[in-house]
Amino acid sequence: MTENILEVNDLVKYYPVTRGIVFKKTIGHVQAVDGVSFNLRKGETLGIVGESGCGKSTLARVLMSLEKPTRGSVKYNGQEIYGMGASGMRRLRRNIQLVMQDPYTSLNPRMTVGDLIGEPFEIHPDVAPKSSRRQKVQDLLEVVGLNPEHINRYPHQFSGGQRQRIGIARALALRPEIIVCDEPVSALDVSIQAQVMNLLEKLQDEFGLSYIFIAHDLSVVRHLSDRVAVMYLGKIVEIGTEDEIYERPTHPYTQALLSAVPVPDPSSRETKAIIRLTGDVPSPANPPSGCRFRTRCWKAQEICATEVPELTVRSGSDHPSACHFAEKREIVATHEAGELTDLPTRTL
Amino acid sequence: MSNVFVSEQSEAAAAGHPSGRLLEVEELRVEFRTRDGVAKVINGVTYHVDAGETLAVLGESGSGKSVTAQTIMGILDTPPGFVTGGQIRFHGRDMLKMSAEERRRIRGEGIAMVFQDALSALNPVFTVGFQIAEQFRVRRGMSRGDAKKRAAEMLDQVKIPNAKQRINEYPHQFSGGMRQRVMIAMSLALDPEVLIADEPTTALDVTVQAQIMDLLAELQQERQMGLILITHDLGVVADVADRIAVMYAGRIVEEADVHELYAKPAHPYTLGLLESIPRIDEKGQQLRTIRGLPPSLLRIPSGCPFHPRCPMAQPVCAEKVPPLLQLGPTRASACHFAQDLVSRD
Repeated sequence: MTENILEVNDLVKYYPVTRGIVFKKTIGHVQAVDGVSFNLRKGETLGIVGESGCGKSTLARVLMSLEKPTRGSVKYNGQEIYGMGASGMRRLRRNIQLVMQDPYTSLNPRMTVGDLIGEPFEIHPDVAPKSSRRQKVQDLLEVVGLNPEHINRYPHQFSGGQRQRIGIARALALRPEIIVCDEPVSALDVSIQAQVMNLLEKLQDEFGLSYIFIAHDLSVVRHLSDRVAVMYLGKIVEIGTEDEIYERPTHPYTQALLSAVPVPDPSSRETKAIIRLTGDVPSPANPPSGCRFRTRCWKAQEICATEVPELTVRSGSDHPSACHFAEKREIVATHEAGELTDLPTRTL
Repeated sequence: MSNVFVSEQSEAAAAGHPSGRLLEVEELRVEFRTRDGVAKVINGVTYHVDAGETLAVLGESGSGKSVTAQTIMGILDTPPGFVTGGQIRFHGRDMLKMSAEERRRIRGEGIAMVFQDALSALNPVFTVGFQIAEQFRVRRGMSRGDAKKRAAEMLDQVKIPNAKQRINEYPHQFSGGMRQRVMIAMSLALDPEVLIADEPTTALDVTVQAQIMDLLAELQQERQMGLILITHDLGVVADVADRIAVMYAGRIVEEADVHELYAKPAHPYTLGLLESIPRIDEKGQQLRTIRGLPPSLLRIPSGCPFHPRCPMAQPVCAEKVPPLLQLGPTRASACHFAQDLVSRD
């Protein structure tokens, strides 16, 4: 059993819904994250998938303590991170870093790449003395596959994929143990996506990083993750290893989600059965009682409206699933990937 | 190359029969005259779509796929965009030579378009019913009441529940998927023969995406429309397309029947794309990376525009632009080494 580097326990984040300006009154709560628990092991990638509004980005912000949670605990190496105090927090931030989705808005347009990547050293001067900073930044540029000579350029002189590399270099600057990636490739073109994904894998091997990889693209998550958690309306509905989630999903929502992912293979058209979900995701300000998925679920019974299903291992499954009627079902016909095509080369 | 049977596509067209094609784009050229210089956005694009057929136009950002669609619709921003050559024939007549009034009549009734971002494509200050009904009043001369009734029928056809009530709501009151349905209802109001859908599901979640693609396919079957689906998503294309045209730097680099293209791509760019996307049904997959970046349209590389990124590139690729050559009855590729790619095991 490898050690847990991060333990998240019953994490809750509610945002108040208010009415009035002078006499502000809270009339309800948006339950963005509602009782999420998981562990992150050293050196692994935990994928978190879900559709828009399921709370995955709020989770990232709370994990980074950019937002205070309503309640719950997050332990880093056994130490509770909330209520650590400013200096403890600063030390912690060195070990947990964030890569953001949008490489166009997350980099300050007035700072050069050198300043952007070197900024963490200003805050943590003991990591790199002033004299060696420029060299360190150039090393980082090289590590993420950018030209070290471009240290004096500004973000607008780079393409989207290159900017994402700058964001990654910045996250790496303090040699963190954990990187939280919030949709790091979703803004990139297909041909560039693969470059960034391969880079993330390479860096993980090189620096022994642990990733929390948040994305809506189930194929991307499968490719990168060792374990996967599926979120729906602020809760984890199913969690397990990559094989367990993709080959033996037990929660109806996971099954529906997987079946809706288009496979780039026209011959699968006839054989593929898509589970059609009806209706829309309910509002997180007023989620359904009991199981939150029951309003769209084809298996829903009376018990689903009255009793919240625990995220636990049931008789029908080999991994935790939050469904009263969890049952294995093959959705994606998985096969081992073949080798990349050898390209013929011929001189004319 | 002479030992290989090839025939140039444009020759076949020139030799030809007055084609009974619904919509044909031929050798279209568009440039954007900007302060930084002239960007050659479309450099000789040729494709066609027939009734009841789905053509997918696949490409990354900047490949010219959306600009081609805008030019067909006649909504290209001029300036900076200028059509510098080619034809767009609808029922055999060149639309680029028509008067503004004639083109206006084709829009909506002949060719209609669904845009990617329904929230910005719909007018936020009018109800969706009003926006759909407007077409019936202006183009069909219907009364307000009749037009509204027809608008409700349209919403019903795109399977929006409670259509009668919902026509009185504003775009922001609809969810993303429902808004896209409204867009589709609006584009289909005047029974177009060709529908251009520009990334219709890119902004949507997967479960909703599946619903919308189903709806589009169903409506297309019912009405026997020609559908041009513009997208970058190789998964969606595999599910719905009959034929695919792959665009790169303002050119079509490969065109093929959907099954042929996925089974054996005949252009290194297509192959690169197919092997660079992670697949949900594969374990232990390696991803091919296409090195470098798509070219700036201000400075398109000489010869084949893909050659600086191509793993198969030879000196000839930097010198000669490879024409889009027919490799078989249903496929064409613009690569000097297309034969090698097709005949590999």
